[in-house]
Amino acid sequence: MNPTLQLFLIISAALFCIGLLAALSRRHAIFILIGIEMMLAAAGLNFIAFWRFAPQPAPPTGVMVTVFAIAIAAAEAAVGLALVITVYRHYRTTNVDQIDQLKG
Amino acid sequence: MSNWIGAHLWLILAVPLAGSLVILSLTNSRRTAAAALAIVGQVLAFVLSLGAFLPTLQAPGYRVFTNFTWFTFGEQTLRLGFLLDPLTAVMLVMITLVSLCIFVFSVGYMASDKNFTRFFAYLSFFSAAMLGVVLANSLLLLFVCWELVGLASYLLIGFWIKRPSAAAAAKKAFIITRIGDLGFFLGMLWLYGQSGTLLFYDGGNGALESHGLLSLGASATFIALLLFCGAVGKSGQFPLHVWLPDAMEGPTPVSALIHAATMVAAGIFLVARVYPLFSLGAIAGVTPSLTVVVWIGVVTALISALIALAQWDIKRILAYSTVSQLGLMMVSLGVGGVVAGIMHLLAHGFFKALLFLGSGSVIHGCHEEQDIRKMGGLRGRMPVTFLTYAIGMMALSGVPLFFSGAWTKEEILHATLQWPVSRAPHFLMLAGVVLTALYMTRQMIYVFFGHPRGSAEHAHESPPVMTAPLIVLAVCVIAFSVMLTPAWPWLFRYLAGATASFAFSQLIQPGLFIALALVVLGIALGVLIYRRPGELDPMEQSLPALFRFLQHGMWLDELYDRTVLAFARGAARTSDWLDRYFWDGLVRGFGALGSSLGSFTKGFDERAINAGANDAAAAARDLGGLISRRHSGQIQTYLGVVAVGMLALLLLYAWLT
Amino acid sequence: MNSVAFVVIAILTLAAALAAASLQKLIHAALCFAAAFVGVAAFYFLLGAEFVGLVQVFVYVGAVAVLIVFTILLTRRDAERERGFHWSGALIALAIFAGLLWAIVRTSGLSVAAPWIAPLTVRQIGEALMTDYVWPLQCLGLVLTAALIGALVLVMEEKG
Repeated sequence: MNPTLQLFLIISAALFCIGLLAALSRRHAIFILIGIEMMLAAAGLNFIAFWRFAPQPAPPTGVMVTVFAIAIAAAEAAVGLALVITVYRHYRTTNVDQIDQLKG
Repeated sequence: MSNWIGAHLWLILAVPLAGSLVILSLTNSRRTAAAALAIVGQVLAFVLSLGAFLPTLQAPGYRVFTNFTWFTFGEQTLRLGFLLDPLTAVMLVMITLVSLCIFVFSVGYMASDKNFTRFFAYLSFFSAAMLGVVLANSLLLLFVCWELVGLASYLLIGFWIKRPSAAAAAKKAFIITRIGDLGFFLGMLWLYGQSGTLLFYDGGNGALESHGLLSLGASATFIALLLFCGAVGKSGQFPLHVWLPDAMEGPTPVSALIHAATMVAAGIFLVARVYPLFSLGAIAGVTPSLTVVVWIGVVTALISALIALAQWDIKRILAYSTVSQLGLMMVSLGVGGVVAGIMHLLAHGFFKALLFLGSGSVIHGCHEEQDIRKMGGLRGRMPVTFLTYAIGMMALSGVPLFFSGAWTKEEILHATLQWPVSRAPHFLMLAGVVLTALYMTRQMIYVFFGHPRGSAEHAHESPPVMTAPLIVLAVCVIAFSVMLTPAWPWLFRYLAGATASFAFSQLIQPGLFIALALVVLGIALGVLIYRRPGELDPMEQSLPALFRFLQHGMWLDELYDRTVLAFARGAARTSDWLDRYFWDGLVRGFGALGSSLGSFTKGFDERAINAGANDAAAAARDLGGLISRRHSGQIQTYLGVVAVGMLALLLLYAWLT
Repeated sequence: MNSVAFVVIAILTLAAALAAASLQKLIHAALCFAAAFVGVAAFYFLLGAEFVGLVQVFVYVGAVAVLIVFTILLTRRDAERERGFHWSGALIALAIFAGLLWAIVRTSGLSVAAPWIAPLTVRQIGEALMTDYVWPLQCLGLVLTAALIGALVLVMEEKG
């Protein structure tokens, strides 16, 4: 039996939730970033899967969106990690529990 | 030879470019090597330019081009190319020759500067970029080189980067020319959209040939005007001329290079190059776009000639004079005298370079003094500089017969006379001739006549490395006029694509007497008004308000500051306010909503969940802890709220289906 | 599409992802993160999007993972061990996974087999990028430039 679209979607959902788990429950800022990257990758997997299983011929929209998402994710990672370093310099910690300047 | 150079035009710009890169890699102490490399590169470029110039003499209307594909995407092909025609050829020779003189002069002028090598790297780079502008057979390549010219001028104006005024002037020049370049860029895109090509000549398919022009139609006017914006910025035309006088903060050879031979010529050259776009659909040689060119030129020429009357800085006078002359060239192009405009451009390149280098020599001799009130009596102390400067001054003023500027000015005035729309530009340009003679006489008297004032008392003649280029340029200014006389209008016919014949009877034209009368009037007025140079300008005494008005460049900088910049600042303040109060308020509102939700769930948490079993309570306490921290400003809790919202959406979906 | 390959990749990817989300030592987590993304790239290969798979490997494994490791090293004193874990986050994630699973399973028409597909060449992608997607591409270039500058400005040491 060949894998169906459903299976890919389930894998993607699992990946998404693992990313969410990392982003929500870990206290280290870098974990939050890793989690967000995973969620983005899950979305990309969804796009590619839908493109692959679409009735042919289909335009490569899903592929293009994923390519763009990867590029954006790279930019986001760069800025995010720069923020982590800056925050670390400022507070001497990367534990987000101790960083609460965002509160009004 | 002719075929070889036609196929290897890129060499002309590659040589100075390579020189520049090599110099850039040298250390600061390799001064001799840097200067030698730059000058050898320029000599080679000059020889190659001559080599390119000779074949164009063979037949009228000579034109060769080599196009190549830069890259292809999809079905679109972008092609670039190099072009050699009479216009390119004369510009090449003029640019390389003037640059060569300036390079040699710089060896003396910059001798004590510790960034000597960097200076020559920039100079070579500038020259390469400018040669690229002239050689380009593609608007895109022209634009690229055009921007490189802008970059080089930025680097050179701000060469003495430690002076705040130089840094500011460099930024100003860069930004203001960029405003014009935006128009250039849009025009280029529009042209590409309409005609599908950016090549000028492509065997009948180029944008300037019948095929390309046919596809333009009515949009040609707008494209031409957008391209003209670029020329306005680069050639310092009103209202974007304000950067040019400030650009005097750079070293004097830079002023000569930028304000005489190259950068400012680029705008005029651009208009001449894409002239078919301007004249498309002309009725009796008049199109809306050309009319705009004429009036911009008229306004520029007059305004800056007036402002030049009230300047004290020797270089600023020349700068405003350049702006004025460029305006004159624009007028010439606009009324249909393309050839006359280009001729004046060439002549102007020589005598303005001469004047700038002469002023550099004066400044050098007076120990970096630029205020003409503190000079005077330099006639005896700097005889070579004085003589060459006088030749430049007479060429600029348009003293007839022996000086190139006179013949080209005469051609321009002749062209304006034939403009069918209005005679006003003609008469305004005649007034401009008087003004030019007047301010140049004023400058001459202040600098070279009378008694030495201030630092001029210890002035000395500059070393031969600086005076030699002056002499070469002065000879060029006079010799050049041989090609310009109506008796043997060789250059005119050459540029217009016809052959020249000799007719001595044509030498004396009625226009010549008018010009002579006006120049004499201007110089006589100047001598009369400024016969006793002192701390106070005669005009300052009699009309102080007008003088101050002109001295500050008609308050145009201040006007821009109050209008355009004030608008920009206002917009910035408004967005700041919006950001602070409106958007932030929104965010705070949501935050408050979240925190009230948090307290609600907290209450729920405390009453309902904590009543459970111990194990569950431990997990729940964590959940409760999370929720109670919801108003703690932590990103993770915000993320959690988002996730819960997603869960709610899923539940909603389940409930609905 | 090979179902054996699918199962193997799925197990590896999810295991690596779980490890990345739960390992105590940050540096181990970062390596597992890289492994998980190799798995995602393998999925892309499996689905016939080789180009995206390669980009995924280059960008994530080649660049982002290295960046993360560098950040961990730079913030070392703090990053050695990670303390604490919010169980509530796990609860929420689990709940969402349940919801998503339920939604996927009950949606009909997802159990289709993959149709035959013409290979997507890099050339096609490049042409699409330069024609239909040229504006997004330009905007992306702007975003990347802004991110580059922004990241630089952020990490630059303040003077004085």
